[in-house]
Amino acid sequence: MIIPVRNIKDFWAGVIYIAVGFAAIFFARDYGMGTATKMGPAYFPVVLGGLLALIGAASVVRSFVRHGEPIGTIAIKGMLFVCGSTALFGVLLRGAGLVISLIVLVIVSAYGSVKFRLGPTIALAAGLTVACVLVFIKGLGIPLPLFGSWFDG
Amino acid sequence: MELIEHLGLGFATALTWGNLFYCLIGVFLGTLIGVLPGLGPTATIAMLLPITFTLPPVSALIMLAGIYYGSQYGGSTTAILVNLPGEAASVVTTLDGYQMARQGRAGVALATAAIGSFFAGTVATLLLALFAPPLADVALKFGPADYFSLMVLGLVASIVLAHGSLLHAFGMVLLGLLLGLIGTDVNSGMQRYTFDVPALADGIGFVTVAMGMFGLGEIIRNLENEATRSVIAKEITSLMPTKEDWKRMIPPILRGTALGSAVGILPGSGSIMGSFASYSLEKKVSKYSKEFGKGAIEGVAGPESANNAGAQTSFIPMLTLGIPSNPVMALMIGAMIIQGIQPGPLVITEQPALFWGIITSMWIGNLFLLILNLPLIGIWVRIIMVPYHLLYPAILVFCAIGVFSLNNTEFDVYLMALFGFIGYILSKLDCEPAPMLLGFILGPMMEEYLRRALLLSRGDPLTFIQRPISATMLVLAALAMVAVLLPAIRKTREEAFQEE
Repeated sequence: MIIPVRNIKDFWAGVIYIAVGFAAIFFARDYGMGTATKMGPAYFPVVLGGLLALIGAASVVRSFVRHGEPIGTIAIKGMLFVCGSTALFGVLLRGAGLVISLIVLVIVSAYGSVKFRLGPTIALAAGLTVACVLVFIKGLGIPLPLFGSWFDG
Repeated sequence: MELIEHLGLGFATALTWGNLFYCLIGVFLGTLIGVLPGLGPTATIAMLLPITFTLPPVSALIMLAGIYYGSQYGGSTTAILVNLPGEAASVVTTLDGYQMARQGRAGVALATAAIGSFFAGTVATLLLALFAPPLADVALKFGPADYFSLMVLGLVASIVLAHGSLLHAFGMVLLGLLLGLIGTDVNSGMQRYTFDVPALADGIGFVTVAMGMFGLGEIIRNLENEATRSVIAKEITSLMPTKEDWKRMIPPILRGTALGSAVGILPGSGSIMGSFASYSLEKKVSKYSKEFGKGAIEGVAGPESANNAGAQTSFIPMLTLGIPSNPVMALMIGAMIIQGIQPGPLVITEQPALFWGIITSMWIGNLFLLILNLPLIGIWVRIIMVPYHLLYPAILVFCAIGVFSLNNTEFDVYLMALFGFIGYILSKLDCEPAPMLLGFILGPMMEEYLRRALLLSRGDPLTFIQRPISATMLVLAALAMVAVLLPAIRKTREEAFQEE
């Protein structure tokens, strides 16, 4: 027999809490508990992890009892392009330099919107790149190469 | 009188050309991001934190504070004109403010919000000046056990005052506390949860988490449904409230200010809870309660005063105890540490010019806001029209460069992307990021004080109830916890949040 989950949000939040709670306890196993007087590095995180797992269990139990709303639409495209473009910026920054990584960041992230249009986005990328170079490199002197190590030699 | 002397010192600091300039920049930026939906003060201050390295401490803090309370002003403008809250705290303003705008009274609604905010800001500044010094004196007597209990009270308050489910707020606090422990343990030098990644040895930066969860997470949330915004009342005619309006707005402004100031001091809420509470209160006491939701001026005056008062009084625990009551205050503490100032009760005596300068700058900033907002309303209306699909890549650019420049490492950029993802997923599960961030900040401090307290008491946990200050805090925390679980109060709490 399968008991239906009535509150899907409570269920998954509970699962996350339990997982993190147990992970916290598991990875702290070699840290040394110590005693209440002289606490070891594991003491506090293990207590917190245990509490978190308890909260998670309560949330899972509640998800079978109390009704809740469905999760609703998840902006998968937005999530992918916003987080992806940010990570890509990190990858490109030293090798390709600030100018190229900024242009890539703007265009790739803008693609996450349903209203994406190439023309205005390119204009935006150009404008932001010029502004950032002026403010961050010339103005604040942040040590970033305009063009990175891939262009050397 | 001592107070006059202190305020005199404050004005002498805040009224230099440089500090006036940074105050103006702060409130201008604050209004700007308040007007722009999808960009809040937490993400903005996190982005600008690296830039403040280069400023003198007073100017940096004056500017950052201006961004925070300025955003409360700006948020109400969008709420009234577009029916979109620019800030979480102005959610309730949309209810009656937008209705007033539809009736052609946008100007009056904006003026009411501005007048209420200015009055509340003035009172809150005075409260800050009056209560901060005695509180700091008390704080000097705090031992480790007292600090630990104070943080427990803070976290309990942030759970009680969080939106939505208590259980999730509790879970998020614990999640934050655990995340805060990543890095080197100060007592033993042991690397905890670092998985041999050298970049994690110093722990995860607070700014990285804040930008990820509030900056990126918010962007993704806004991409879920990109509604087209339409601005109502392009021509704003009369700003001046009528005699009848004045009569109806004054009592709500007074009540909102009192309520907002009181709630603002409590941890976890800042300005949001105050505005919700004020709206419920006005609806209850007003003779015109039937008009609520249909353009009642009380529904704008009360909450707008409350959110501004709350934004300012939330500086009290930060400036006197060195304990943040919300994520913005945690960033302010970060800014102080960057400048080499240890936040805590000693700031008042060791850095009087800084302390009083910040406080008086808030009043000056409120004056700027009054001047900025009403005549310049046309400019703000035009800024609301900036389409979001062109705005958010710009936000991302500033987040990315900002987070990189903190430690000059790409690792922080990756972490920010990861926290954007985590923040979005958690928000889809109705788990609020604010309690988590508070836990994240307090985690290492709490552990440290807990260890010290138990070391001093030779492992006797009774120390927490034997010390009067600590015991009081714990009793208050327990009362808050019990109260919120009582069916009657629980119902009012849910009602208060239902206005959303």
